[in-house]
Amino acid sequence: MSSVLVVADHRRGDLRDISFELVTAGRQLANASGGDLHLAIVSGNTETFADELNREGVDTVHTIEYGEEFNHDVYVQATDALYQDLNPEFLILPNSVNGLDYAPAIAQGLDLPYVSDAIALEYEDDTLSTHREMYGSKVETTIEVTNGPFVITLRGGEWGAAEGTGDAAIEAFDFTPDEDAIRSTITGFEEVAGGDVDISEADFLISIGRGIEEEDNLPIIEALVEATGATLSSSRPIVDNGWLPKNRQVGQSGKQVAPKVYLAIGISGAVQHVAGMKNADTIIAINTDPNAPIFDIADYGIIGDLFDVVPALTEQFT
Amino acid sequence: MMKILVTVKEVAEVEDDFEISGTEISETYLEYDLNEWDDYAIEEAVQLQEEGVADEVVAVTIGPERSEETIRMALAKGADRAVRVWDDAFEDVDLLDVDAKAQLLGAVISDEDPDLVLTGVQANDDSFGATGVALAQHLGFEWAAVVNALDLDTERRVAHVRRELEGGVEELTDVEIPAVLTIQTGINDPRYASLRGIRQAQQKEIAPKTLGDLSLDPNVLDSDLALTEMYEPESESDAQFIEGDPAEQATQLADTLRELGVISE
Repeated sequence: MSSVLVVADHRRGDLRDISFELVTAGRQLANASGGDLHLAIVSGNTETFADELNREGVDTVHTIEYGEEFNHDVYVQATDALYQDLNPEFLILPNSVNGLDYAPAIAQGLDLPYVSDAIALEYEDDTLSTHREMYGSKVETTIEVTNGPFVITLRGGEWGAAEGTGDAAIEAFDFTPDEDAIRSTITGFEEVAGGDVDISEADFLISIGRGIEEEDNLPIIEALVEATGATLSSSRPIVDNGWLPKNRQVGQSGKQVAPKVYLAIGISGAVQHVAGMKNADTIIAINTDPNAPIFDIADYGIIGDLFDVVPALTEQFT
Repeated sequence: MMKILVTVKEVAEVEDDFEISGTEISETYLEYDLNEWDDYAIEEAVQLQEEGVADEVVAVTIGPERSEETIRMALAKGADRAVRVWDDAFEDVDLLDVDAKAQLLGAVISDEDPDLVLTGVQANDDSFGATGVALAQHLGFEWAAVVNALDLDTERRVAHVRRELEGGVEELTDVEIPAVLTIQTGINDPRYASLRGIRQAQQKEIAPKTLGDLSLDPNVLDSDLALTEMYEPESESDAQFIEGDPAEQATQLADTLRELGVISE
């Protein structure tokens, strides 16, 4: 039996969306390989989480009581213990920030082949074909993996959330970690995206990316913001460079926004950025590169140089 | 005083227009540079040295001779010396997997015996985001991934770090040393190499290491992963493109914005 083991992702009392997507992908692999689908919930409100994740197609949910929050040393040990017990053919983990913090250690510790950030999977004849992106989002690749069991992390938003109500067996897994091997301690959490402006409240965001090139060019955008009454936001590199404060950052590690209009200027549309703004009602993009992924989700596009288009646009409102 | 080792990678960046042949992009369309995340890792190490917390910073890379130019950038920014792992056996490998990288870098780290290893969260090119944590597990070091603030307590041998989670939340974590920390962009403000730094870098050592030098068998390069296809993603764009010269584009876009009802004039 080549079963599938999925490990759920949660934080501060809530399951993260990716957990439900992992269930969908896990069911797909279980079907392809003729095995069972097992879920593991490590730490947190395991009972509540088990009920929430008991979706159609889940065979068994294993709960592990140990503390409230994610700790990679606990996750590595717990997943390892479950792996030894279940001998799954597939270990399916989230490519979240927490996934980045423990999935590679599990593959390394168990000496299993590892592929991260997969956006699609196929399984046939003992070979797992994983699809993933390379060079930003410029190309996609297929990596064929043999000699399973396999450890794979999945990108969020690529599989639909599992639905329906399942009739999974919910079982407490008997596990006590080796406390000496827990060599990191989480001491707290902090919200860092506060400040003077809440960009998630704005109706009209003008968002600026790498295309602005230099901090000295920011006034070109600020003039447009002023003339239109919009709110200024940005992609990650602008905040990394210290040109705008963290509370202006749209994306996975910044704010999720859903304004009426999102005008992306000089933003290529990396997946981490798109995750934060794809729910805008109308997306407009200005970019020099016709292949920029931002155009894949844009309603209106201008292929052009922001240094020509933006001043001309500002003039329209002054 | 601490010894810090920083893993760095030379990465290829692809021009806007490019062609794929087989499972690679031809050299014509590639430009090589220091991986963006590694630039922040180097800066963090050099700052620790300037603060008197560290007394040696060693940069380590896996790469062909061409990559020395990139490694010199790390030396010009303040790393003391570098180690470059390469072997003729690497020429035939089109995918160096995470386990191979962990073993290669692990062998260098076992020789160097640092207190702290800094890596980038991921590389610009293949974005596996796995080397640092796999390396820590391989070495038996503790670790933390996606670190955007670092404060070292050298007496208690604890790294107080912040991990950048999703949605503007940071996790505060204490990590025992020795440790591998994967460094996120934005943790500092990477310097440009000074002319003096660039001159000094010419005199600094880049020690080449082969598999034999590291007492590793060529089978560390064997992989269960095979890169079988590379293709351009199908464009899913159903955007309505606004044509014309910039003035015409601006006029049309202004009309659209007014129609969408978001302009307060």
